[in-house]
Amino acid sequence: MDIKEIIKPENLVYSKSKVQIDTITHYCPGCTHGVVHKLISELIDEMGIQEKTVGVAPVGCAVFAYNYIDIDWQEAAHGRAPAVATGIVRLNPDKFVFAYQGDGDLASIGAGEIIHACNRGENILVVFINNGIYGMTGGQMAPTTIENMVTSTTPCGRDHERNGYPLKMTDLVAQLPGTSYVTRQSAQTAASVRKCKRALKKGIQNVLDKKGTSFVEVVSTCNSGWKLTPVQANKWMEENMFPYYPLGDMKDSEKGEPVSNN
Amino acid sequence: MGELRLMKGNEVLAEAAIRCGCDGYFGYPITPQSEVMEMLMERQPWDETGMVVLQAESEVAAINMVYGAAGSGKKVMTSSSSPGVSLMSEGISYIAGAELPCLVVNVQRGGPGLGTIQPSQADYFQAVKGGGHGDYKMIVLAPSSVQEMNDFVDLAFELAFKYRNPAMILTDGAIGQMMEKVELSDYKKRWTEKEVNEKNGSWATFGKPSTRERNVITSLELDSAKMEVNNQRFQEKYRRMEAEEQRYEAIQCDDAEYLFVAFGTAARVCEKAVEIAREKGIKVGLLRPITLFPFPKDVIKELAPKVKGFLSVEMNAGQMVEDVKLAVYDAGCNQHVEFFGRMGGIIPSPGEVVEALEQKLMKEGK
Amino acid sequence: MTEEMIIAGFGGQGVLSMGKILAYSGIMEDKEVTWFPSYGPEMRGGTANVTVIVSDNRISSPVLHEYDTAIILNQQSMDKFEKAVKPGGTLLYDPNGIVNHPTRNDINIYKVEGTKTAVEMGNPKVFNMIVFGSFLKVKPILKLDNVEKGLEKSLPERYHKLIPLNLEAIKKGQEIVETVLEV
Repeated sequence: MDIKEIIKPENLVYSKSKVQIDTITHYCPGCTHGVVHKLISELIDEMGIQEKTVGVAPVGCAVFAYNYIDIDWQEAAHGRAPAVATGIVRLNPDKFVFAYQGDGDLASIGAGEIIHACNRGENILVVFINNGIYGMTGGQMAPTTIENMVTSTTPCGRDHERNGYPLKMTDLVAQLPGTSYVTRQSAQTAASVRKCKRALKKGIQNVLDKKGTSFVEVVSTCNSGWKLTPVQANKWMEENMFPYYPLGDMKDSEKGEPVSNN
Repeated sequence: MGELRLMKGNEVLAEAAIRCGCDGYFGYPITPQSEVMEMLMERQPWDETGMVVLQAESEVAAINMVYGAAGSGKKVMTSSSSPGVSLMSEGISYIAGAELPCLVVNVQRGGPGLGTIQPSQADYFQAVKGGGHGDYKMIVLAPSSVQEMNDFVDLAFELAFKYRNPAMILTDGAIGQMMEKVELSDYKKRWTEKEVNEKNGSWATFGKPSTRERNVITSLELDSAKMEVNNQRFQEKYRRMEAEEQRYEAIQCDDAEYLFVAFGTAARVCEKAVEIAREKGIKVGLLRPITLFPFPKDVIKELAPKVKGFLSVEMNAGQMVEDVKLAVYDAGCNQHVEFFGRMGGIIPSPGEVVEALEQKLMKEGK
Repeated sequence: MTEEMIIAGFGGQGVLSMGKILAYSGIMEDKEVTWFPSYGPEMRGGTANVTVIVSDNRISSPVLHEYDTAIILNQQSMDKFEKAVKPGGTLLYDPNGIVNHPTRNDINIYKVEGTKTAVEMGNPKVFNMIVFGSFLKVKPILKLDNVEKGLEKSLPERYHKLIPLNLEAIKKGQEIVETVLEV
């Protein structure tokens, strides 16, 4: 029996967005990247902005983001996505430009670029996938790795005496007057995926409305790097990462508004 | 005739950028080139031509902004001085690997490290041999006057877009800080969005219309077989530059028995040295490479059999002399190729150069 | 005609701007010009010097080891540049603060009481234009009306009201220059 005979139009309950490219994924089963890619694709499609969107891909597992979302892409050097996005958007202020970055990329080698792009209030969306580890290079400590977490470069667990403390980038950029919408989300349940999509949509809309930088962190899993099954990884994230990286909107204001210190 | 002004080389770079229809400049302050961005900010071209000027948080950010903006098919540039260009070298490698056009200006100062803020040509190797990682080349133009600082901005963009490759203006603190009479270029309009689309729509990323496939700008290719094909394409392009873009100026070379080879500020010194030496009856000429990559080796091959020797005069420890030697060797000649240079930010004087010619090439047995 | 000169003194004496006005005046006379300063921290309060070349032909080296004319405005510059004047060349100096006066006898030497006269004129800032006037007297390479145009070009518009004062200083300099030695 041919597949087309099974999937009849009248039986269709779900189809992937046409902005999402039909290809085999290189992401591991259980990885959060795929879900967030899907959400971004859906939103670009639903909001009708494919023709004006330019994505900036990071170095890390999402280096191949351009293989999955059918838009113009530019691949940045490690950590430099906010600078690359700045260059694009400054010369093309009517385009929707977003940088997609992981935690090693954004919070470690690219800490300078993200702070300054947010501080200038560049009219871009930053999607920040925080799984607390360097996934692509094989599970080394990231700046966001939580204390006592075992990685290949902290085999006895992260010890702040040796390695410093996990860095809360989202809290940092929320302090900058250039950012307008700063939030921390996750994507491990149907409900959280829906919430995450709403957050991404708001971020995109803010950019279209020229409100300055929107910053959406997605607390994520890397079950391969964490050496857990996808289900165990979700549970571990909820139990260990959420207490340190609590979910929710951190800032929702106009660019340039004074930041409260409460 | 264009407008005549007395201007600093650095200021002229800024003025020429505005006038040639440059879309964006991203930079970071460093002596001795800070006047470039200062002049741009003073001129406020965003009101006049729509050109964007942004002070970045670092040279690293600046070159990556250039990378991003160049990816959208527009004319963008940055400028820095030696230590800053070292920081940019990673980004330049990405730009070369992604085959994007842009202009990088290096107003050189002495090194290594923080070195000195005085003029130098010690970044010759960095500029012409790659600089960053991987097999790549930039088109490198070496102005030797304030007028050429004006002229080469437009030329550099033209070549950068012709080959979809980064181009560099390699100059130094002397020409950057020097004022000379300059005839400014007439204004060229910036490309409209439509023109950018027509010229560069096949590769640039400014949003994917439904009429074409998505454009992806990247230097990454994990499949070695495909990467080698990319490398071969780059190399073919560099060879095409070598075949088509060698530029030089020959001064009193026709009857010369000896030749100075020098670029930029050193070439100016050598031009004077030619005058002094000729007054003493020494038949010497000056070959001034204008493109450092592609190096004008064809003319050296042509001249080599006619002369007794070459003196490469540089403001470094002897870098271009290697390319002169290669060109002479390629010509199947065995003429002496000697080197004279000063370092540390010191410009050799014309008298010193003549003395070096006499000592190194004209003594008995040479 | 090619005139290769060095103007050297303290930062703040108007060395660089004198050179700039000279160069701009040269452009007004259809000459080629090069103005090459010492740059960097040494400019701030220390010695400042600028090489200015004015020529009918294309100018070669901005860096010279000998000069047609040296305009010397402090002792350090005298020590450094007296010996760099070409035989038969010109040395113009302000004796104010000079302990060791020039001793060469194969060059033309002139002096101008620029510092003193500027104070007498009630405006120390015109010092450099007095010296410039003296230079134009001993080396009349530029016409005065082109110098006036050069002043207009090199001064920002808000300072144009000062042009008559500057011209007066130039004329004063032409009057008061003294010949020490002519060869």
